[in-house]
Amino acid sequence: MKEKMPLTPLPTPSAAIAAEAHEADLTTPEEASGVAEGPSLDDLRGEPAGLPPIDPKKTAKMRAKNVDVFYGDKQALNGVSIDIHEDRVTAFIGPSGCGKSTFLRCLNRMNDTIPGAKVTGHIELDGQNINDPRMDVVQLRARVGMVFQKPNPFPKSIFENVAYGPRIHGLAENKSKLEEIVEKSLKRAGLWDEVKDRLDESGTALSGGQQQRLCIARAIAVDPEVILMDEPCSALDPIATAKIEELIHELRGRYAIAIVTHNMQQAARVSQRTAFFHLGEMVEYGKTSEIFTNPRERRTQDYITGRYG
Amino acid sequence: MTVAASRWTDGSMDSRLRRRYAAERRFRLLGLFAIGLSVAFLAFLLVTMAWRGLGGFSQTEARVTIDFPRSDIMIDPAALAGPEARQVVGSAGLEGALAQAAVTSYGEEADELFGGAAARALGKALIEDPSLLSQRAELWLPVTSAYDIARKDAGAPEAERLVNAIDARGDLRRAFNVNFLTASDATDPGEIGVWGALKGSFLTIIVTMALAFPIGVLAALYLEEFAPRNRWTDLIEVSINNLAAVPSIIFGLLGLAVFLNFMHLPRSAAIVGGLTLALMTMPVIVIAGRNAIKSVPPSIRDAALGVGASKMQVVFHHVLPLALPGVLTGTIIGMARALGETAPLLMIGMRAFIATPPKGITDPATVLPVQIFLWSDEVNRGFVEKTSAAIIVLLIFMLLMNGLAIYLRNRFEQRW
Repeated sequence: MKEKMPLTPLPTPSAAIAAEAHEADLTTPEEASGVAEGPSLDDLRGEPAGLPPIDPKKTAKMRAKNVDVFYGDKQALNGVSIDIHEDRVTAFIGPSGCGKSTFLRCLNRMNDTIPGAKVTGHIELDGQNINDPRMDVVQLRARVGMVFQKPNPFPKSIFENVAYGPRIHGLAENKSKLEEIVEKSLKRAGLWDEVKDRLDESGTALSGGQQQRLCIARAIAVDPEVILMDEPCSALDPIATAKIEELIHELRGRYAIAIVTHNMQQAARVSQRTAFFHLGEMVEYGKTSEIFTNPRERRTQDYITGRYG
Repeated sequence: MTVAASRWTDGSMDSRLRRRYAAERRFRLLGLFAIGLSVAFLAFLLVTMAWRGLGGFSQTEARVTIDFPRSDIMIDPAALAGPEARQVVGSAGLEGALAQAAVTSYGEEADELFGGAAARALGKALIEDPSLLSQRAELWLPVTSAYDIARKDAGAPEAERLVNAIDARGDLRRAFNVNFLTASDATDPGEIGVWGALKGSFLTIIVTMALAFPIGVLAALYLEEFAPRNRWTDLIEVSINNLAAVPSIIFGLLGLAVFLNFMHLPRSAAIVGGLTLALMTMPVIVIAGRNAIKSVPPSIRDAALGVGASKMQVVFHHVLPLALPGVLTGTIIGMARALGETAPLLMIGMRAFIATPPKGITDPATVLPVQIFLWSDEVNRGFVEKTSAAIIVLLIFMLLMNGLAIYLRNRFEQRW
């Protein structure tokens, strides 16, 4: 099934059009029924006009080369190479168990905490090998923040949730500086107006979407360079999801963002780069617009048209 | 309109449904019965204890008139103000004077109405008010155990006759037995008290707590959070589980061998008792602590690691505070068990007759349960109600300790 799909140049990179294009190309009706409802046209602009082009002289923020991950004897990832650029949101898509979360967790060495996990290959942050013994893993995780699938605020006050990171890293000399950081982080996470009068209340008392934004605020409070998001919206309702996606748009440019998602429309809406994973391999990596409208690989095309996944 | 009988509405389904409900009812009744039975046992225990023990907290006192200037008590009133007042009244022959006064008041056979406890009470009264020495005074003094029993229960016939005679004159009353809470062990059941044993229990439990809690919690934290999973840690886990089930008498033998014979720590002291009980309690705390730590959700650990906390910061800022209520519960259970433990303490010599309360953890001491065991072995009938009274004191001590621990636990739970 390595048959290549005809490359049709498309005037607008949109899934709706992509779906039409597929329909035109595909012969069987089952294949055509893949994308029933595409996201709206505007959401899908792969590279928005306002975005500066990637500086060819500047290397990527994070660069992974030939990353293999083993859980015991089982190989979970097989030779993955991806660059994560500043000013871009990179989405990892693929069916369950394809290794996209595993790869994400390599980027801040969260796999270290899993007994039996072994990571080989080369991953660098700003040209520095993150698996180097000289690289301090604690500092790495502060520079590469993470937002998890299930909102996991600490069972402490909202203020303490955000203040914890700056406090353990000594980012604030005094209390007023700390309050400033907390306010700034909550504002950036779009949560300030909802919680400013109840910073002393428990973070776990917030709604799911608010909790996830609190977790994002907690991640950006330590001023990271990269933010990794592991299916940040999978436990949220559509309205909360929309808010998080909006937030990702706002954070782009300030931080390099990598997001794992099950939801292809979401990947199309929020990202400019997409990597498609399948069975522990990275099948295809490129501009989101191209992956969704003009995939080079048959497997990618089958996945995004909904034939499996 | 009639509905055709279906699988769900026909008779066999009805009877099946009835059987299901009946089974549920039976199960509930059995549960209720079990609860009722245990409540009945508890009530029976408490009522018997209270019935038999409350008498131990009261003491029969008789009124006696002493004409100090004419008695053979020779005390210099000036000496009573000095620091040696106790020795002065102790050597003044108060007991003899009391016997004389009793004979004068109640006749020949009353010469043994008052004993050492009465003499001490009289001495205390004299130190408080030396002016008594120059007058004829009327005092309420505790009678000896034999007459106390005759009054409360049934004693010797002659004792009962005398007590009834005094009572008929209105010269007998019941008072709260302060002595029982302030004195230590004695040979005379009229003079015994629980203070020495209570203090010994307190010191022992402090030693146990100070050792078992930190070591147990740190061991649990290390095993759960830091130790690699391999054959050694498996072996340690099995050993800890085994230790928790070892009979306490064996810990007593271990304490005897290690702390007394090898380390030559003072025999019968609270420190040895505390060390032995700490050995016994530690596995319980480790097991409860590990379970509490295990139940902290991994998402909290991920969250803390994700913002760049080190392993130790994760453990001490997040895992331990969240696990603390559970750890405290385990500690309460362990401490309550240690507080009620007798067998290992018998082995390390804490069953000695100790008439003075311990001043520190190296002084000879005994503990409440051992004291109860010793008194229950006595022949003298005066010890019976005192034994029950001591059990009441032990139960109250435990109740206070557990109450405090539960209060602390709830406070920690509210914070999180």
